Amino acid sequence: MNFDTSSRRYAVDQMMVGLCWAAVALAAIPLVAVLYYVTSQGIHRFDLNFFTHVPAPVGVASGGMANSLVGTIELVLIASVVGIPVGILAGIYLAEFGKAGKFAWAVRFTADVLSGVPSIVTGIAAYTLIVRPMHHFSAWAGGVALGTMMIPMITRTTEELVKLVPRSVRESALALGIPEWKTILSVVVTTARNGILMGVLLSLSRIAGETAPLLFTAFNNNFWSASPNQPTASLTVQIFTYAISPFDDWHDQAWTGALTLLLLVVGVNLLARIFVKRTGRAVG
Amino acid sequence: METKTTDLPATSGEIPSSVRETGSRLSRFLSARLFRTITLVFASSLLLWAGAVACLLFVASKPAFAKFGWGFVKGTDWDPVNGVFGALPFIWGTCISSAIALLIATPLGLGLALFLTELAPQKARSPVSFMVDMLNAIPSVVYGLWGVFVLAPLMRVNVDPLLIKFLGTPFFGPPDTGLSLLTAGVILAIMVVPTIVSISREVFEAVPDIFRESAKALGATRWETMRLAVLGSSKNGILGAIMLALGRALGETMAVTMVIGNNPQISANLIAPAHSMASVIANEFTEAVSDIHLAALSEIGLLLMVLTLILNVLAHLLVWATTRKFKAVRA
Repeated sequence: MNFDTSSRRYAVDQMMVGLCWAAVALAAIPLVAVLYYVTSQGIHRFDLNFFTHVPAPVGVASGGMANSLVGTIELVLIASVVGIPVGILAGIYLAEFGKAGKFAWAVRFTADVLSGVPSIVTGIAAYTLIVRPMHHFSAWAGGVALGTMMIPMITRTTEELVKLVPRSVRESALALGIPEWKTILSVVVTTARNGILMGVLLSLSRIAGETAPLLFTAFNNNFWSASPNQPTASLTVQIFTYAISPFDDWHDQAWTGALTLLLLVVGVNLLARIFVKRTGRAVG
Repeated sequence: METKTTDLPATSGEIPSSVRETGSRLSRFLSARLFRTITLVFASSLLLWAGAVACLLFVASKPAFAKFGWGFVKGTDWDPVNGVFGALPFIWGTCISSAIALLIATPLGLGLALFLTELAPQKARSPVSFMVDMLNAIPSVVYGLWGVFVLAPLMRVNVDPLLIKFLGTPFFGPPDTGLSLLTAGVILAIMVVPTIVSISREVFEAVPDIFRESAKALGATRWETMRLAVLGSSKNGILGAIMLALGRALGETMAVTMVIGNNPQISANLIAPAHSMASVIANEFTEAVSDIHLAALSEIGLLLMVLTLILNVLAHLLVWATTRKFKAVRA
């Protein structure tokens, strides 16, 4: 036994380290595959028609997802109005006032738990709260559902970033006689501004890709919706509808919709990445 | 550097009164009370919304609960037209597909997390963590689209025949359409890997270096160091990561709906079509034939919420306790 212990240990070590590297390679496969297929399949219909036309009946070649794209933007805007102020102010509370207190702990914990609630459950809640009393689907309901999903994420990002602002910055402002609320809003938050903005952008790109909470809140619409009070199309729901349809042209359009969505998501994430690197360098 | 600033003691409440008393009466009022109260109200709204979601789901599912009671979760028939609702086939599909997902994603995620914290050369760290971020950022419906047109045919043509040939019944057998529990499990695995990586990475990074140094000083190899110092000391944290991933897998809707086959049957055959809790809500909610149908779907949603709530609460407590333990060692 003492003869081969060390060589066995060495072999196990080599194998396990090799497996860790293999995990990296294995995780890269689906990512590359998804990016490759979405790009190669989506490029066929990635044209002006797609972005300027509403869905056409089967067999008519000029259909597009213009209304879905606008619908997604509309939903994201409504969501922003709900989610951004609540998220940022709640984050400020946690970082500046709540701190280590019991109440702040409860809010933090709730935020973490809320972000684990399935999005389809949020959809049912929004349906029961808004769609059922109003008796019709609307962009309002979809936007609110998405907005509430942004809140936990923005709250936690804001808190983390506000906490990073050095104490000396606060103290300098307070020493100048600037009231506390003004110090927080115009000095502390302004210092953390870029990071918070990035967090907001990331959460926007996350909810722009949500489908489940929209299925029975914003529903879908094959035409332009005249107001947020009507059923509204979105890229994601349209991709889903087209993907499970039996028509080749619709499948192509679903891929193109996915490509559009992916460009948005990858773009925002790259931006965040570069940004974090730059600020990291500036701080370090 | 950064952690230093976060550990500093509280500043509010320590502001010298001389500072606070400059400025107009209004700004003094704002400073002392109003702004703090406003932020407090917004922070409370998180608790309020969490409570509201629970109440709304409960209200929406009450008719179903009143009519079927606990039989709802044991019933195996789902027949909206005749008003018979049993959720077991959906619970079955959700549990099995999530279990498959975790079986694949746990070793993969832990391997990635170990790579990132223990092994990666400085240059590889950033691209690999970007890769994990991207896996997390791809929308569910895009995974579903890819699943339907790429993964499902791949499973049908290349993977499933091998499984039938070498492993066979009862777990692998015809009918084989590629749309199955197994395909759903695979796609879920891809989607929850980032959760396992990010949480276990957070835990591993909190492991005090002295643990690693002690192991190395005893002559441990790289793997032995990882096993003894890192994995061994963060068991609870890893359990938390797996539970969070499970929570995510249970509630995942679109990708699963698109590849699971949407057939409410309970069968040990992993490559037969099945159904899941989230999928049945997504498929039937807007087409519900009656109020009781809607209530039954809402009750499935309520079940999902309760399950994920329990998992999330436990998981966050576990992760929190583990990192706190490490902090105590460091201090």
